[in-house]
Amino acid sequence: MSDQLTLTPRQRDDLRTIAAMIIPPSEEYRVPGADDDIIQADILATLGRDTRPVVAALDHLARLAGMPLADLEPAARDAVAKEFRSSGGVVAATLVRVVLQCYYRDDRVLGSLGLELRAPFPKGHVLPDGDWSLLDPVKARGGALRRAP
Amino acid sequence: MKDPVDVLIIGAGASGAAVAWSLAETKMHILCLEQGGWMNPAEYPSTGRDWEAKFYGEWSSSPNVRGRPEDYPINDDNSPIKVVNYNAVGGSTVMYTAHWPRLHPSDFKVKTLDGVADDWPIDYDALTPFFEENDRMMGTSGLSGDPLSPLTHPPMPQQPLGLSGAIIAKAMNKLGWHWWPSDTTVATMDYEGRARCINLGHCTPACAQGAKASTDITYWPHAIRAGVELRTHCRVREITTDENGMASGVVYYDKDGIEQFQPAHVVVIACNGVGTPRLLLNSASGRFPNGLANSSGLVGKNLMFHPYAQIYGYVKEPTDSNRAPPTCLWSKQWYDTDLSRGFVRGYGVQFVRGAGPVFEAVVSEQKGILPWGEDHHRVFRKLNGHRLGFSAICEDLPEEHNRVTLDPVLKDSHGIPVPKVDYTISENSRKMMEHALARGREFLETAGASDICVNSPIPWGGWHLLGTARMGTEPERSVVNEWGRSHDVKNLFIVDGSIFVTSGGVNPTSTIQALALYIADQMKQRLANLFD
Repeated sequence: MSDQLTLTPRQRDDLRTIAAMIIPPSEEYRVPGADDDIIQADILATLGRDTRPVVAALDHLARLAGMPLADLEPAARDAVAKEFRSSGGVVAATLVRVVLQCYYRDDRVLGSLGLELRAPFPKGHVLPDGDWSLLDPVKARGGALRRAP
Repeated sequence: MKDPVDVLIIGAGASGAAVAWSLAETKMHILCLEQGGWMNPAEYPSTGRDWEAKFYGEWSSSPNVRGRPEDYPINDDNSPIKVVNYNAVGGSTVMYTAHWPRLHPSDFKVKTLDGVADDWPIDYDALTPFFEENDRMMGTSGLSGDPLSPLTHPPMPQQPLGLSGAIIAKAMNKLGWHWWPSDTTVATMDYEGRARCINLGHCTPACAQGAKASTDITYWPHAIRAGVELRTHCRVREITTDENGMASGVVYYDKDGIEQFQPAHVVVIACNGVGTPRLLLNSASGRFPNGLANSSGLVGKNLMFHPYAQIYGYVKEPTDSNRAPPTCLWSKQWYDTDLSRGFVRGYGVQFVRGAGPVFEAVVSEQKGILPWGEDHHRVFRKLNGHRLGFSAICEDLPEEHNRVTLDPVLKDSHGIPVPKVDYTISENSRKMMEHALARGREFLETAGASDICVNSPIPWGGWHLLGTARMGTEPERSVVNEWGRSHDVKNLFIVDGSIFVTSGGVNPTSTIQALALYIADQMKQRLANLFD
C-alpha cells in the first residue's frame, strides 16, 4: 500500500530543503549535501515501506512552514526545522533516518570518510589479534565462582 | 488423515533443532513443523552495500517492524522492552549476537542463596555434559580458564582482541575489574563445514560467511541426514487432546494456507518464551478451559526479559566499528549478589566494539549529539569509528504480573490470536541498572571517552524470552516437571526458554540448548515408561 504513494512536487522540494538543512555540503571535507541530486534520487527510489511515514512527516513540515520551506527566510526556516524535529515524533525521526541512511552510503561520502566502497561480504575485514598479555592481571587476580549448595 | 508421527516438534530454532538431533538416534518418526522457511545466505544484509539500511526494514530484529509473512505480530505496547525474535529454520539463532555465556551454578539456587524467586529443580551439574555437547555441535570459540565463569572447553580459540578490545582491556585493568574474552559461537577457524570468521561486522542479523552458528547450519543438516522430517512454512494453531487428556496432535496451516491435522504420539514445544505460552493458551478446550498444561495458572506468567542497561561513549583512538563481530569480551565483576549495592542478584556485562556509519549517524542524531547544519561533518568524524559500549544484562526476577496473554483483538495472517505482553521493570532491576550505568560511566571515563550516552533499558532489547512455562517439581507452582514434561499432559514436553525458573544475568541460548539436550536425553532414558 505504502509503495503506491508518491511524493508531490512540493513534498520533494521540501524534502530536498530539509535534507540540506540536516547535512549541507562541505568544501572542507569535499562532500555533497544531502540535497545532492544523486542522494535525493536514492532516497526517492528506496523509500519503500518508509513512504507513508515520510509523507506524513512532510505533511507535518508543510503545516509548520505554511509555504514551501525554501521560500522562508533563513531564521524562520531554522525555527520550523527545530519545531519539526521536536514535535514530529516517529515520522520526523523516520524522515531524518532515511536521509542519513542514503547519505552515508553515497560513494563520495564514504570515500571522504576513508571507507571502502563495497559490501562487507565477501572480503570482510582484518582485525589485529592484539596483545593478550593484557589478560595477565586478570589471571593473576583470580577469583572463584560463587558456590551453589 | 495423516499417519501419526512418534514425535512432533513445534519450532526449528535453538531448542527444537537440538531436540530433533538428539532424538534422531532413536530412529523414531520425528517431524518438526516450522512457521518460517530456510534462509538464503546470499540474501543476508552483509552481501549488499545497503546492509545497514536493511536493519530498519526487512532485517529489523522486531517482528512488528519486519512484518515478513513468516512473522506474527506481538502487542507489546504495555512493555518498555519490545520483543525481538526471528522466525525461520534456525529461529532466533539466525539473528543473535552469538554471545555464549552459560548460566552459573549459583543461578540454579537463588532461593537458597538469596531468598528470592525459586530454586530450579535441577542443578548446573545435571546440564554440564549437555553444555559440552552443545558447544561441540554449535562450534564455540573462547579461552578456557575464566576465574569468574563456569569452566568451558571451546573447540576454537577466542576472537581477536582488535582495537576496541585493547582499549576495553586497558581501562578495565586500570580499574582492577574483571574481564575475559567471551565464549561465542563465531568460528575463528574452519569448523565442521563452516568457514572461519572474516569480520563482516554486524553478525547479529545473520552471517553470510556462515561463521556464526545458527541451527540451520549446525544441528539441522545432521538431524535431517539422521531421518528427521522438517516441514517449513507450517504454522501451528493449536495442540489437540484426546478423551484421556493426552496430546493427540496439532492443527496447522501448511505452506498453501490449508488447514491440516497432524496426529502425534508425543508433542514437543520449542517456540520460546512468547510463542510457547501463546500456543498453549490458544490450545484451550473444554477439558483445558484455561489453556493447555495450565492447571497451575502459570502459563504466560513470570515473563523475564533481561533489562539491558547500556552506556556508550567515544574515545580518541579508532575502534573496530563495524569491522568485527560486535561483542568480544565480557565481565562478571558484578555477577553475584552483594547487598551493599542495594539490590539482590547481579548482572553480566558484554562490551560492544562499535557501530557502522549509518547506525552511528541515526542514533547520534536521535540522541542530540550529532547536529544538523554546518557542524554536522566535523562532529560525525569525531564520532564515527570511535564508539565503545558497555551493556549490562541485568538478571530479571520472576514476577507473575509480567506476562504473556492472548490479545483479544489482534490476529496473525492465519487468524490466530497473537500474544500480548504486559511487563514492568522491577525496583530491584532499576537499582541494578543504575548501578551498572554508574560502573559503565567509570569504565568509559577511564577509557578516555566523551559524549557519553545512555540507552537504558534498550527498548528494542527483548531478545531473551524466559520463564512463561517454568519447570518445577510441584504441579501447583510450575508448568513442566524437572525433565520438561507437562504436569497435566503426560505426552507434552517444553524445551525452550519458557521453562527457565530464573534468568541469570547472561545471554540464555547456550543454557536453553543444554536444557533441550538434557530433556531429550531424559526422554530417551525413559522411553519405556515416558507417560507414567
